[in-house]
Amino acid sequence: MFGLDTKDTRLFFFVAVLVAFAPFLMNPFPTESGLAQFNGGYPDLMQRFVIFGIFAIGFNILFGLTGYLSFGHAAFLGTGSYAAVWMLKLLTINVIPAIVISTLVAGVMALAIGFISLRRSGIYFSILTLAFAQMAFALAASVLTPITGGETGLQTALNDPRILDFRAEGGNIPAPSLFGLEMRASYEWLVGGWSFTFNVGYYISGLFMLAALYVAIRIFRSPFGLMLKAIKTNQNRLNYTGVSTRPYTLTAFVISGMYAGLAGGLMAAMDPLAGAERMQWTASGEVVLMTILGGAGTLLGPILGAGFIKYFENIFSKINDSILHSWFSFLPEGLENVMVTILHPFVGKGWHLTLGILFMLVVIFLPGGLMEGMQRIGKMFSRKKKSDETDGKATVPAE
Amino acid sequence: MGILEVQSVNKRFGGLQALDNVNLDVEEGKVHAIIGPNGAGKSTLLNCFVGRLMPDTGTVMFNGKSLLGLKPHEINQAGVSRVFQTPEIFTELTVLENVMIPALAHRDGAFKLNPWARMRSEGGIKDLAEHTLEDVGMAEKRHMTASSMSRGDKRRLELAMGLVQEPKLLLLDEPTAGMARADTENTINLLKHIGETRGITKIIIEHDMEVVFSLADKISVLVQGHVIVEDKPENIKGNPKVQEAYLGGAHE
Ligand SMILES: Nc1ncnc2c1ncn2[C@@H]1O[C@H](COP(=O)(O)OP(=O)(O)O)[C@@H](O)[C@H]1O
Ligand SMILES: [Mg+2]
Repeated sequence: MFGLDTKDTRLFFFVAVLVAFAPFLMNPFPTESGLAQFNGGYPDLMQRFVIFGIFAIGFNILFGLTGYLSFGHAAFLGTGSYAAVWMLKLLTINVIPAIVISTLVAGVMALAIGFISLRRSGIYFSILTLAFAQMAFALAASVLTPITGGETGLQTALNDPRILDFRAEGGNIPAPSLFGLEMRASYEWLVGGWSFTFNVGYYISGLFMLAALYVAIRIFRSPFGLMLKAIKTNQNRLNYTGVSTRPYTLTAFVISGMYAGLAGGLMAAMDPLAGAERMQWTASGEVVLMTILGGAGTLLGPILGAGFIKYFENIFSKINDSILHSWFSFLPEGLENVMVTILHPFVGKGWHLTLGILFMLVVIFLPGGLMEGMQRIGKMFSRKKKSDETDGKATVPAE
Repeated sequence: MGILEVQSVNKRFGGLQALDNVNLDVEEGKVHAIIGPNGAGKSTLLNCFVGRLMPDTGTVMFNGKSLLGLKPHEINQAGVSRVFQTPEIFTELTVLENVMIPALAHRDGAFKLNPWARMRSEGGIKDLAEHTLEDVGMAEKRHMTASSMSRGDKRRLELAMGLVQEPKLLLLDEPTAGMARADTENTINLLKHIGETRGITKIIIEHDMEVVFSLADKISVLVQGHVIVEDKPENIKGNPKVQEAYLGGAHE
């Protein structure tokens, strides 16, 4: 369907269903239960799942297919955010121009940075991208303050021109919207002890992520995508095969930069604020972690990785000592304190420690990321099934 | 005039004169063999044709145009394909994909912006690649990962990657090394067969004298970077210089 084969269509619909039902799936615990803090189904976090999903899907088109490891992709994310906020200030509070322009601006920037960085490969390429991103970060935080708002950041204001909008006198700063439908608008549904939130911004970002995934699938299954995979395995051989590899890597770089710009634009559309910290090297490193954790070179992996890391960041970082005490209150006082002391470094501000350990475990035991883990579990099940079936028909390997 | 004309090519690696005033005249549609002991500079000479190395002096003309200074992909697009001595394949991809890539490069040129096209619709390219794999006897392994191939199969895959481009000039660097006896014979037959039907000009580097004498129209004997003789196969066997320098010397 849509020009995808059966397997890819199934994968696409699987993700579409996850996106549609995430408000339920992410909120499995009743609001009053002790486990409610593990609920991730609130708009802010769900928006981040899909937006960082887009960022990682795009990053994977470069890194997963060609093997070129960029350490500067946050520059495109940040630039996308700035461009989007400017559109919300100058043109209209409608998010569509903001999102389109942020994608295009990031694409142009990726063309310039990629053109230079792709003259080198391997670690030198990574360092070049890192250098460019740090330059962008430093400029945004200082010299470019008139454009970026410097340290305080860029945000919408009441007296912005917004030349396309009808302006009422006085009132509040308008919230980003899609033809009047505000991004922050939510519908809350209370059933039994549960509460589920359906947020406009989340669903719009979710649709963008599905479109981004669809485009990624098409690229993966194209002759162009095959050339990118060949670059990863043996770029040298590809040259002797008559292929000029630079335009291929540059196109992949620009596409992934545009994905990052789109993600940055959506972030600004959800919350019309852009700051230089979005361009910092830690943000560039985060998307690398997401992609590798989920499974570089796979279609689903980056989305999984993004969701996983954002969930940990938001949920584990909120667990504090008093919550830990309440969990272990059933233990004798001394033991309770021991448990809390042991777990303390892994939660709250220490969530990075937990994430780091998980990342190491995945890289060591599942080099293919979470996707490899899921495939192994899948194989275990299919093996069980096969041994149940008594007829000895040979199975045709799936393409 | 030959399809490939090489004149006074010199190449030094530090103190080593790897190529010493090499001349070569390869006629269109013919098989030109280069033989010589290990380390004679045979692979180095091919490297000068495909843009991997730049000779210190000399000229390399292909169809009347100089190949020197061109990038590897430009030389390939001009119609020169190379089969490498040590397999250079796309290890993580399938055997079929390995052959489809050169086929696509041959059809689409050095770069084609088609991220929206679908491999599924590339039936023509797939057929072509499958036929070529059949020719080298690897059709049944087409869905396997290239890295899982034996050394002999990798050589055959290399051969298919060169053949599928239907080049004007095919450079074969020891195409049968590492192959089992039966595969070697198949490869010779295949190369002969292709020579007849498609008229591809070939330069073949080979250790196996049987292969050389059964295929070649002309033979150049390279010793220590220098072409000591260039002649027809029947004259090579009896040439005293060759006997002394190569055939009579250490058997490898
Ligand atoms: N890139 C290089 N750098 C330095 N020496 C080289 C290089 N390539 C080949 N040589 C040397 O040049 C000589 C010829 O090598 P080669 O052309 O591979 O021989 P052949 O293919 O005839 O066995 C050898 O002594 C080899 O060590
Ligand atoms: Mg050699």
